[in-house]
Amino acid sequence: MTTELKKEAVGMGSEKKISLASMFHFDVKTYTMILALVSIWVIFTMTTNGDFLTSRNLSNLFRQMSITGILSIGMVFIIIAGHIDLSVGSLMGLLGGITAVLNVWLKVDGILAIGITLVLGLLIGIFNGWLIAYKKIPAFIVTLGGMLVFRGILVGMTKGTTVASLDPSIRFVGNAYLVDGVGILLGLIAVAVLVYKALSGRKLHSQYGLAIPPMSVEIAKIAFAAVVIGLLIIILNSYQGFPVPVLILAIMAVTFSYVLTKTVFGRRVYAIGGNAEAAKLSGINVTKMTLSIFAINGLLVAIAGVLLCSRLNAASVAAGQNAEMDAIAACVIGGASLMGGVGSVGGAIVGALVMASLDNGMSMLNIETFWQFIVKGSILVLAVWVDIATKNKR
Amino acid sequence: MDDLILEMKGIIKEFSGVRALNEVSFAVKKGEIHALCGENGAGKSTLMKILSGVYPHGSYQGDIVFNQEKMMIKNIADAEKAGIAIIHQELALFKELPVYENIFIGNEISSHGRIHIPAMLSKTQELLREMRLDVNPYTLVKQLGTGQQQLVEIAKALAKNATLLILDEPTASLSEGEVEILMDILGRLKVKGVTCIYISHKLDEVLRLADTVTVIRDGRSIGSKLTRTLTKDEIVEMMVGREITDLYPKEVHITEQEVFTVKNYTVYDVSDPSRKLVDNANFSLKRGEILGFAGLVGAGRTELVSSIYGFYDGKCHGEVYLEGNLLSIHHPNDSLQQGIAMLPEDRKRHGIIEIMSVRENMTLATIEKYRLAMDRIDDCQELSDANDYMARLKIKAPGLDTCIKNLSGGNQQKVVLAKYLLRKLKVLILDEPTRGIDVGAKYEIYNLMNRLAADGIGIIMISSDLPEVLGMSDRILVMNEGQIKGEFLNHKNLDQEQIMHCAVGGATA
Repeated sequence: MTTELKKEAVGMGSEKKISLASMFHFDVKTYTMILALVSIWVIFTMTTNGDFLTSRNLSNLFRQMSITGILSIGMVFIIIAGHIDLSVGSLMGLLGGITAVLNVWLKVDGILAIGITLVLGLLIGIFNGWLIAYKKIPAFIVTLGGMLVFRGILVGMTKGTTVASLDPSIRFVGNAYLVDGVGILLGLIAVAVLVYKALSGRKLHSQYGLAIPPMSVEIAKIAFAAVVIGLLIIILNSYQGFPVPVLILAIMAVTFSYVLTKTVFGRRVYAIGGNAEAAKLSGINVTKMTLSIFAINGLLVAIAGVLLCSRLNAASVAAGQNAEMDAIAACVIGGASLMGGVGSVGGAIVGALVMASLDNGMSMLNIETFWQFIVKGSILVLAVWVDIATKNKR
Repeated sequence: MDDLILEMKGIIKEFSGVRALNEVSFAVKKGEIHALCGENGAGKSTLMKILSGVYPHGSYQGDIVFNQEKMMIKNIADAEKAGIAIIHQELALFKELPVYENIFIGNEISSHGRIHIPAMLSKTQELLREMRLDVNPYTLVKQLGTGQQQLVEIAKALAKNATLLILDEPTASLSEGEVEILMDILGRLKVKGVTCIYISHKLDEVLRLADTVTVIRDGRSIGSKLTRTLTKDEIVEMMVGREITDLYPKEVHITEQEVFTVKNYTVYDVSDPSRKLVDNANFSLKRGEILGFAGLVGAGRTELVSSIYGFYDGKCHGEVYLEGNLLSIHHPNDSLQQGIAMLPEDRKRHGIIEIMSVRENMTLATIEKYRLAMDRIDDCQELSDANDYMARLKIKAPGLDTCIKNLSGGNQQKVVLAKYLLRKLKVLILDEPTRGIDVGAKYEIYNLMNRLAADGIGIIMISSDLPEVLGMSDRILVMNEGQIKGEFLNHKNLDQEQIMHCAVGGATA
């Protein structure tokens, strides 16, 4: 179905090998991110006399990060598309509050309450997206307004009280652990998928003369990933098992990473963030795309909201405060550009882990809250500075 | 030799191991207009960036002697202090600020930190008079036309007492009338003793305006000659290093079959819906025909085609028929589905997505074709098609995964073309397809147009380059102030004057 064009000289490029230096270059952002994470962990391990690295604490850390992680997945879609969402913290609090009110005050069944919350999140996301995409109100304004409105509704709805003691079915999602076997199985599947992806990618690249890293590097990368996954499973299992919220985060991360990197939809997200006008001229319906992206974000915020109220076993007026800042910071630390067009789910997750590690470590050290704000803010600015400095050198 | 204002000797500049300039020498006499020619990527811009301080002293080898003094230019401010000012192809004006503030930006007249507005205003008026630009200094730059903005840029340079003015493709986005004004002003500046380096692909202008021509090819200086001793073909030969006998390789593939018809088409201004930008346009296009649209900038050509294509925010009405069927187009996607594509005028803004790769840019308009189960992209098919079109259009790029912004303008344009050619087309609209592209790439695009016409595609080509319109079209429509004022069948006796006469609103010949 392409326009006919007679071929003139067709010289297919011979198979190209990539130099070790350029390969390193390509991943320089990922390495700095992981390096930053490792150094944060090393510092906390030393200052807490090793308490930071206990399986109990790490299991807690991953559970804590799952909420910021899920928010940052939604946020990274929005940031890549060139927008911003300041309302996710309030919205998460509100949606968690709705779950609690439905379950505790109105005696709605736990599963049904969760279902209603998810649908509501999706609808609110669609509404935000409609204002932004179809009514052309800047996302910053719509979501800044939303931040206040949602918080206001939450306070009004709960009458300023804490709504506590949820059904076990709701508490399960935020607090339960899975038996050891499940974790091991998940780990094995993950490694198998990595190996398959690497092999099929190599085959495709060699077929079209694209650069392929040497086999040894590929094996080293997979081995490294396998070790990390293995360690993670061992650590989680040696405490109480694989936490359910971490499993939810993992499923969301894999799903939306797939959406962003492998699908037509994902390609279009990058395109509209890179240049919305060129995307439109290429036949992409930018308004519809923008609406869908905010809808996805609404759904993810709802999931995070359920996890939050489940973990706290309550809904409170302050729930989710500043969570939007953590999510935005996670995306940016993970390499997303607020100019749009750049970012990844993996980066956002690592960013969320950095933010959660800072929270967790500083709490263990009994550092006062005001210091936690100062440190987190500084780390954010530092991360972007390092990113810009390394980019200029290229 | 003492009448030289500038001498650049043995300039070598490398970018990560690749030599962009290889011992280039370049000498300019005081008070002359010196044209610098060369294909895109030949090194003209790099050389001028060294001269104007964008690449500081130390990042290159070689010497710059300006006014008999050896210069070590560290930044743009240094260059401006010495009297060297550059006006880039993309204007660097602040659209929301008035003319006088633009002229003095970074160079404000002040005393004790307080800006002296009356002094700036009176100096602005003086400069505007000199430019014969009849605008109020308080006018916001966004309200000026491109040509007037260009003159404001020149005034800005003169306000800094520039004695050497570098103009990078100043006429690329100007209409013929505005070009005349610019030429006139450059002539008068010359009388005043301002030296001018003029970078342009438009060789007719170069021949008319410049005293001397220097040609750069592949990072080397090929030679400097007096313009009056040269012909256009000779300059082209110096630029491409081979003889191009015919700049426009026109082939005729027109058929009798009508493919595309536009009836009673009117387009209104976005901000002022009572103003018609296109007034009741009627035209048709045959299979295999290349239909040229001539006219001045602002005549409504771009508005006409982009609203037909579904890429216009304002109001418009009229009927569009494809192969006899009435179309209803609200979005570019509707056009693409019908087999109509449009190559936009502004490549950087509307054509490419700078941060994406060659492959991703190329398959953007056809991405649905590669959709597998679960919305997955068929990498294999996508790569294969992209690879195929890279070869067919002879796109020169290190690889399919290279970021598109690293390609030259001509190759970027080919990628944008490939993006639309990957679809099955019936009508292709080209809006200024060769703007800012070097001679070699232009020639390839013309050949491509021939091949597409031979396959029965109807082509609409908007161009402000009259020789190009005359060289490539089967038929020419001329627009003036929103109306189609003339229609010319292309034949040997048709000349630029006839078209120009019509484009400025004269009676149809």
